[in-house]
Amino acid sequence: MLFSPVPMHIPDGFLSVAVAAALWAVSLIVVGYALRRVNAEIGERQVPLMGVLAACIFAGQMLNFSVTGGTSGHLMGAALATIVLGPWAGILVMTCVVGVQALVFQDGGLLALGANIFNMGIVGVAVAHFAYRTARALWGAKPGGVVISGFVAGWLSIFVASLACALQLALSGTSPANVAVPAMGGIHALIGIGEGLITAGALAFLRAVRPDLLAQGAARRTGDKVVWVAGLGVAALLVTASPLASAHPDGLEWVAEQHGFLSAAQEPLYAIIPDYVVPGVPNEALATILAGLVGLVLVFGAALVVAYTRRQREETFSR
Amino acid sequence: MTFHLDPYLCRASVIHRLDPRIKVVLTLAYLLAMALTPHGAWPVYVLLLSLVAVATILSELGVKFVLGRALVALPFTLAALPLAFTVEGRPWIHLPLGVVTLTATDAGVERLVSVAVRSWGSVAAVIVLTGSTPFPQLLVAMRALRLPRLLVSIVGLMWRYLFVLVDEAARLLRARAARSGGRGQRHTGGSLMWRAHVTGSLVGTLFLRAFNRADRIYAAMVARGYDGEVRTLPLPPLNAAAWTTLTLGLALLGMLVALGVLFWG
Repeated sequence: MLFSPVPMHIPDGFLSVAVAAALWAVSLIVVGYALRRVNAEIGERQVPLMGVLAACIFAGQMLNFSVTGGTSGHLMGAALATIVLGPWAGILVMTCVVGVQALVFQDGGLLALGANIFNMGIVGVAVAHFAYRTARALWGAKPGGVVISGFVAGWLSIFVASLACALQLALSGTSPANVAVPAMGGIHALIGIGEGLITAGALAFLRAVRPDLLAQGAARRTGDKVVWVAGLGVAALLVTASPLASAHPDGLEWVAEQHGFLSAAQEPLYAIIPDYVVPGVPNEALATILAGLVGLVLVFGAALVVAYTRRQREETFSR
Repeated sequence: MTFHLDPYLCRASVIHRLDPRIKVVLTLAYLLAMALTPHGAWPVYVLLLSLVAVATILSELGVKFVLGRALVALPFTLAALPLAFTVEGRPWIHLPLGVVTLTATDAGVERLVSVAVRSWGSVAAVIVLTGSTPFPQLLVAMRALRLPRLLVSIVGLMWRYLFVLVDEAARLLRARAARSGGRGQRHTGGSLMWRAHVTGSLVGTLFLRAFNRADRIYAAMVARGYDGEVRTLPLPPLNAAAWTTLTLGLALLGMLVALGVLFWG
């Protein structure tokens, strides 16, 4: 928990195979395109720069401040990476961070990794880009513009990403939308304030120390209308779809069941085995007991093998 | 503050000696099998869990270590908790909570427990994988799975500098602690905005240091002949034993999923 303070990493077992596979496909395509874009921009510097900055965002998630009564504000980093590096590099950095969190700390599963990359990497970055660019344009050249835009981008990226996460859970049938959406959205509307404040603080610091870096980032972002539009679209879609889904949870459940990976195959199978009971085994309870016995034998066998090989090894050592 | 990041534990077990590519494919297949097994197919879940228990024992990582660390996914089960009360089915337990009474249905509880078992088994499988495979070997497996080579190189470099930057962040936190007065964890000085501003400056500092470090690393790489092409050793061929393990493992998992879908689908 130390390294991922934002409870948005979906573990394995919570997404249906259809949802997980679809989001893996989307994430791979977008990340592949981002790799090409960043390579075209900075060429051979890509590997060291993206690698070190991904490690930096990962480590930056440790930095926190106490809010009140033992709770603390943390950083996810999507907004900061997007604002300073541009959206495509931001997607790459967040993909690496989320991937390593899943592999090393089991923060989020591997089948669910596509969804987690989609939420925190793609949705988070696109929304942060859209929010920051829009807020900057509205604020013009006023002195506090960078800081306030940073806060807005940080907050909105967390909030919208959490809505995406809640909808995916609802679509998988693991959490009803009328509970998941308000719960996830509510918690992250609060967590997002911490994210926004830290992002704003970091931008204020960078503007004072290295204004050229922020200017560079702004220059690099030209011609990224696509991401701006995508960010606007995703934010608008999720913010309007979530209350709707929340109000009609049965609708989403219905979609989940209609498009479920398994439900398609169910009908003919029922026909093959009408009582759906294991042949030769009177009921499900007995089948469970049998499975438990087989499991015990397997586990016991493995323990014996390990004990045996260990003894062999010790004997060879002692000789 | 010290952080132990690397999940790898050095042992000489059968699982440790297995080819990383086989381990990654079998782990992914296991996760898929868990996800495809229908809710309430308890015998199949028992067998799948005992498979991960067997892998844990064979890996010599320590059953307590793996199953204990696998509990990290448990808090997320809260998200699935409402299922017990919202899925339609026979009423099972009534929970009087002040003015409202929550009624858990058998179908709802079945689905909730299935989700919890799935996530616990899946996390345990990934822990066995990362506990028994050094990270560079995981990168080899990622390359074999045809993930984009540039992405794998970036993740490799990230892993190399992760420890450096986590130490850097820990130094920043220590410096802040050394300069701050405070009375325990709960009472800290300054206003909320001020504390957030200080933390923002820490993040900015970390970012600048990382940015400069990346420049130095790039210069060092160029000095050693880096031309933008990441060259890696060709993957060694898989031997017969590895192929057998892979085939048997996939067949077993396929059979279990088929069993679950046939009888409990």
